[in-house]
Amino acid sequence: MGEVRLIEVSKRFALRVDGAAQTVQALDRVSFKVEDGEIVSLIGPSGCGKTTALRIAMGLESASAGRVLVDGVEVKGCGYDRGMVFQQAELLPWLTALGNVKFGLEMKGMRGAALEARAMQCLELVGLKDSRHRRPYQLSGGMQQRVGIARALAIDPKVLLMDEPFGALDAQTREGLQGELLDLHQRTRKTVLFVTHDLDEAVLVADRVVVMREGRVAEVLSVPLPRPRDDLATVRGRTEFAETRYRIWRALHALPATAQ
Amino acid sequence: MIAGRAMVENIERRIEAAAPEAEPKAHAAAVPRWLITAGSLLIALALWEWFGRDINPVFGSYPSAIAVAFWELAQSGQLAAALAQSLQPFAVGFGLAIVIGVPLGLVIGRFRLLEAAFGIYVTAGYALPLIALVPLLMLWLGLGFAVKAAVVLLMSIFPICINTWLGVRAVPKSLIDVGKSLVASNATILRRIVLPATLPYIMAGIRLAVGRAVVAMIVAEFFTAISCLGAIIINAANNFDTAKMFVPVIILMVLASLLTWLIGAIERRVAPWQAEIAGRDRE
Repeated sequence: MGEVRLIEVSKRFALRVDGAAQTVQALDRVSFKVEDGEIVSLIGPSGCGKTTALRIAMGLESASAGRVLVDGVEVKGCGYDRGMVFQQAELLPWLTALGNVKFGLEMKGMRGAALEARAMQCLELVGLKDSRHRRPYQLSGGMQQRVGIARALAIDPKVLLMDEPFGALDAQTREGLQGELLDLHQRTRKTVLFVTHDLDEAVLVADRVVVMREGRVAEVLSVPLPRPRDDLATVRGRTEFAETRYRIWRALHALPATAQ
Repeated sequence: MIAGRAMVENIERRIEAAAPEAEPKAHAAAVPRWLITAGSLLIALALWEWFGRDINPVFGSYPSAIAVAFWELAQSGQLAAALAQSLQPFAVGFGLAIVIGVPLGLVIGRFRLLEAAFGIYVTAGYALPLIALVPLLMLWLGLGFAVKAAVVLLMSIFPICINTWLGVRAVPKSLIDVGKSLVASNATILRRIVLPATLPYIMAGIRLAVGRAVVAMIVAEFFTAISCLGAIIINAANNFDTAKMFVPVIILMVLASLLTWLIGAIERRVAPWQAEIAGRDRE
């Protein structure tokens, strides 16, 4: 199980601009649901509040109003039922790839041979078993993010929360990792909430796309592409892909949906 | 996307193959750093010897005369005794400065309340005119071991603490978020994330403190001098034996350099990632 619900989540924070206090409404009554085993993309222009919504779902920030439920239980701070993948991987630079994956497991209280085995298994899942003794600066950007994913997966969360995980990577690496993410999802069936600002990416990985604008949910669209999507090159060529991409583009630009 | 993925893997495999050997080869032909340092020292000593001989021995000295004085002091056993007398309180004071200064800097940097409550003492303490306080410390602690250790401690704790404090404030919020997202407690985040991330700053603070600690030791010994390095300096100076006076001065400079080198070696061991991500020219 791993169902995430945001119910009327609002977030305001105070800001000082030229000495004057201002209140910024980052999120305004945001509600949506991610079904168990589903991948939902959260897309919108920068500053629309998508990352804030994700951080509130993780428990890294608290909502000013509203609730987040995971399997019906209200989120109060971070928990092992959710795993976070950060934008820049955020590996600890003094630990090796293996050490970084083990770090999460140690935090969870795992010890000894079980810990070692689990960490190795997760590194193998992202194809980095041979690079396990390298430190982050000895890994390419794509490899770093794969370690980040392995670290999040290792604690066996019900839900993966991913904050523009491939945003800092070059196009080629990004495409490779999108494929790997779908592959991982096929095998683990984790629920995934995936923040991105990339239209193609939002459509390629998701079952549904939540479009956000100025702190509000503008639209929720479903992606009529079948799974498994093993061959993303072919997926890109399908008319459904182009149509969905166009519908999201219209929603992002606040244009009314066209008659299909 | 099979083709795309294969390509990415291919590229990464090539990175893998290229990374370990590319660096050292490029610099293999360069002159080793220690050789440059040794050459520089040799030239400086030669110049000193050449021009130092023309100066009245009361007003100055030169390397060969200092070497003779060193030999005489070492032969009489006076030097070894003085070194022991000086280094023991130095080690205790400096050790305590690290043991107290680092944790203090960590908690002051991490918790705003503690920063507001205690930060002011650390900042002010750094500018403490310690020499003025030595006579008072002697009233409290006597003339022996304790007062010397206390003066060394007071001189060296502040740069260590301040550097640690600044280091903690420079730890990226995102790394703290990693700990929080893995449900780590405050204490665990401090020990497992903040401390290692701050290590380069801590080592820099300890380096800065070495020089201050050596000065502190000698200042304390000028006041309390009986049979330590400071005493040799004072007695030699009073007898206008300038060459002999230089012996402890040189020993202390060598000692401080060795200590700094040792700290650098420890730093490379405990924080190897720092050297790798720094954009410093290798040669």
